[in-house]
Amino acid sequence: MSAISKLVDRLNGALKRVPVLPLYFVALVPGLWTFYQALAGQLGADPMRALEQGLGLWALRFMLATLAVTPLMRWPGIRLLRFRRMLGLTVFWYVLAHLTVYIVLDQQFYWLAIARDILKRPYIIFGMTAFVALVPMAITSNDLSVRRLGAMAWRNLHRLAYPAGVLMVLHYLWLVKSWTAGPLAYAALMALLLGLRLVPRGSSGRRRTREKSNARNVSTARA
Amino acid sequence: MAYRPVHKIPSSEITPKSVYLNRRSLMAGAGAAFAAGMLPGHAWAKLETKPSKYGADLKPTAEEYITSYNNFYEFGTGKADPSENAGSLTTSPWSVKVDGLVAKPGTLALEDIVPKVQEDRTYRHRCVEAWSMVIPWVGFQLSDLLTKVEPLGSAKYVAFETLVRPDEMPGQKGFFQPLDWPYVEGLRLDEAMHPLTILATGLYGEELPNQNGAPLRLVVPWKYGFKSIKSIVRITLTEKEPPTTWNKAASNEYGFYSNVNPNVDHPRWSQATERPIGGGLLSQRQPTLMFNGYEDEVASLYTGMDLKKYF
Repeated sequence: MSAISKLVDRLNGALKRVPVLPLYFVALVPGLWTFYQALAGQLGADPMRALEQGLGLWALRFMLATLAVTPLMRWPGIRLLRFRRMLGLTVFWYVLAHLTVYIVLDQQFYWLAIARDILKRPYIIFGMTAFVALVPMAITSNDLSVRRLGAMAWRNLHRLAYPAGVLMVLHYLWLVKSWTAGPLAYAALMALLLGLRLVPRGSSGRRRTREKSNARNVSTARA
Repeated sequence: MAYRPVHKIPSSEITPKSVYLNRRSLMAGAGAAFAAGMLPGHAWAKLETKPSKYGADLKPTAEEYITSYNNFYEFGTGKADPSENAGSLTTSPWSVKVDGLVAKPGTLALEDIVPKVQEDRTYRHRCVEAWSMVIPWVGFQLSDLLTKVEPLGSAKYVAFETLVRPDEMPGQKGFFQPLDWPYVEGLRLDEAMHPLTILATGLYGEELPNQNGAPLRLVVPWKYGFKSIKSIVRITLTEKEPPTTWNKAASNEYGFYSNVNPNVDHPRWSQATERPIGGGLLSQRQPTLMFNGYEDEVASLYTGMDLKKYF
């Protein structure tokens, strides 16, 4: 056994003992902290924009984490599948909060402007479409839905995560005034995580991991 | 770490009493000390000013916001980057090269450009990103300087250039550069000669903080903020319309004129309303005014022009 696989096995052992339920709340802490800072006047001259962008960024980070689960399982063999539902739902909560700030604090219920934005502005279109794609996934992120829909249909539905991820980085890239390093880095990471899914399965490294995961779960992506 | 504490300033730059009024040196010291957190915020040298008729009715945005929320990509693309990184900029000595179609070209020391007594000019400031401030500038009319150097009859435009000094401007360093340097801007000669157009050296009665474009910046209050170029080192009179930085970066989004106009949207967002900075989390949007509220003064510059075409 190589040093790396020993390390991975130890990591997997430790991960098995981490309870998932508290993490649903822990994952919301950065957003709540940003909201507190905005209220406390700690976010500078434009707290609304800082809060709006902060929530959007956390949504994107959790999206990347969600989409990293499969590649991490396939190559180093790190098993994070238990946490994926938590990660994915966290994306949804952050996107929902981000959208709420946009409607309530940024546009201030100026529905005409919002409607015009949705029709005219590519980055708003991307963001809104990503949100629409996340809704059915969030609704079906529970065991009952998996049973009702059946594994195949459920998995197909949750492939919406790929276009949603692409739309989220486009939303970010499109809204900045020039090509800055931040959005480009997020876009590159997204491209990497989605691109890894195109690698044919035969070339995958650790057979043991693959067989185990294939046997047990419905969600190893093949796209 | 971009902060440069005071003791790193060479002793040759410490102001002797005899040139105590050389406010540039004083400014460099105070700015650096402020950046190092050694002095409170109001350490800049006071300027000698006289009131003007402009902006007496406007309520200025708080100084802490004007000096901490800046677009000055030479110091980084984040709004707080300039206030964090600009403290190390050396603003003394400073000179401006004036060339092109003028009878008296030359390199002028800042002291020879700035009048002893300047004006208080409180202007609305509208960023193309749809936020706004009210800024109590201290400055003098650009027309004063231009008249002194005597533009030739063939001069139609004025081009401006910002300092390039990667050692002190971290945004100009490194692998990833968001814009081409130097930052360049331009005005039509009649816009440049307009009484509203000023070169500013201060705000709130004190020397400009580096992040606001020290020691000398343009202010054209009826145009989007990016036209008001900062830390100017060169002014060139030209016959042809000069290139401008944001236009080079995205010509479909940023025109040469870039007059504030609520009826002409940015391709990616509406310009009909703006969010005033300083109102906190619940700051109310307000309608954007034609020519940023300076329609009476400047509309005649554009008579007969299609402002949708020449945006």
